[in-house]
Amino acid sequence: MKLYFKYMLMLLRSEMQYRGSFLLLTFGQCLTPFTTFAGVYFMFERFGDLKGWSFYEVVLCFGVTQMAFSFTECFARGFDVFSSLVVSGNFDRLLVRPRSTTLQVFGSRFEFARIGRLALSAVVLVWAASHMEASWTPLKVVALVLMVMSGIVIFTGIFILAASISFWTVQGLEVANIFTDGGREMIQYPLNIYHKWVKRFFTFIIPFGSVNYLPLLYILGRDGAADHPMYALLPLLGLVFLAPCLLVWRIGERHYRSTGS
Amino acid sequence: MRAYLSVFRLRISTGLQYRAAALAGIATQFFFGFMFIMIFQAFYAHSVSNPPMTLTAVITYTWLKQAFLVFIMLWLRDNELFGLITSGNIAYELCRPSDIYGLWYAKLLATRLSSALLRCFPLLLVTLFLPKPYRLELPSDLLTFVFFALVLLAGLLMVVAISMLIYISVFVTMSPGGSLLLFSIFGEFLAGLIIPVPLMPGWMQNIVYLLPFHWTADFPFRVFTGDLSKSEALSGLAAQAAWLAGLVALGKILMNKALRRVVVQGG
Repeated sequence: MKLYFKYMLMLLRSEMQYRGSFLLLTFGQCLTPFTTFAGVYFMFERFGDLKGWSFYEVVLCFGVTQMAFSFTECFARGFDVFSSLVVSGNFDRLLVRPRSTTLQVFGSRFEFARIGRLALSAVVLVWAASHMEASWTPLKVVALVLMVMSGIVIFTGIFILAASISFWTVQGLEVANIFTDGGREMIQYPLNIYHKWVKRFFTFIIPFGSVNYLPLLYILGRDGAADHPMYALLPLLGLVFLAPCLLVWRIGERHYRSTGS
Repeated sequence: MRAYLSVFRLRISTGLQYRAAALAGIATQFFFGFMFIMIFQAFYAHSVSNPPMTLTAVITYTWLKQAFLVFIMLWLRDNELFGLITSGNIAYELCRPSDIYGLWYAKLLATRLSSALLRCFPLLLVTLFLPKPYRLELPSDLLTFVFFALVLLAGLLMVVAISMLIYISVFVTMSPGGSLLLFSIFGEFLAGLIIPVPLMPGWMQNIVYLLPFHWTADFPFRVFTGDLSKSEALSGLAAQAAWLAGLVALGKILMNKALRRVVVQGG
């Protein structure tokens, strides 16, 4: 863990060398979710509500998702660009070092410019939370924090899975985007607006449902979920998702043959 | 002219090599298409007022957007060109006897065309035979289809002209990240790629119609769905031609200016 922070500090210093470009990028990143958000706003203005969900409820969902995703992109970006490490053969260098490869890849890249995005999503989240009709209880706040944390864990897990693919194919696959970018777009809205099979897939295979839909029901006190405080702790199940992802990484690593360049 | 054509042909044949990548791309496109449609369906399910666009039209719009994504996306980047500018290898390009603007324009156009050729037909073919609410509805007559093809191509030429401006801006900033990001964020929204333009509130639509972006995506798609009449399509085509001429002229002027004070980084 100490090593991870050391990596982080190193990269931050190198990035600060180009301060102007860094600030511009941070600003730009801040605007990325902004247009999506404007889209959601305009749709609500046009249609009133979304299958019974009000604007602020969806915005809360949106905020949690954006926050978890930008946090993950900020700190676990190393896995996203992992295929280039394999193609260039530079992964061999990581293998001979006496530290775990997951930690090294983790620390190989940070995108601090994404902090702009993180900041905006935090503002959106607080804004939506303050416009809620139901009152906040300590357990609800715990649920909200757990939602963000579990979202981070699941996105990191998917990044690791997607990176593991390159052990076999050398090149990363665009299909992985379905679960990273696609997953993000999808869980910006409450899951029950989609078809049943989508809802099931994203609850039982990839546990996004535990991040967004079920705890949200508890926080908003919908569908009788207010009587089941267990719903608030459901995001903890999302944490379990990391185990199989790390396992796949291990298997892939053993399978790895250097490209030799 | 010959030089542009050969650059063009070379690019198309390299582009067609990446078939596996295209297949993966198609799968991704399908997933996103279905997701957007489900979100629109949910909005339409309990609509209080009468929306200015039918759900069928929105679904067709979405599939066209997915199929022709490489025609209309501004974030498509050619790292080779960025590399030329920032590494100083632009000096070699300057030695060539043909005009850089035209050469790069042909290159970018061919990249987009080749990846679209691989991706759009399978997607369009499948969506034509999907069960009812998800089906892509063809235009009512052949003439509309011909108009659609024309305005889509004109839109493509405009997108390339706009993206040339992004490359030219790198001469000044020396880092492609910022300008690419800003152009693509706003361009995407203003082209109607996040929500179709007719669904936006009135004041927003007024802004959108003043800018060139909506001619590249929103306009051709609405010609296809029959939202715009044939006469509107014709006058739109004229507007596209005017915009194209303006954008190309602007690009050439800016490029000449940038090239005159270009500093070749040594090495």
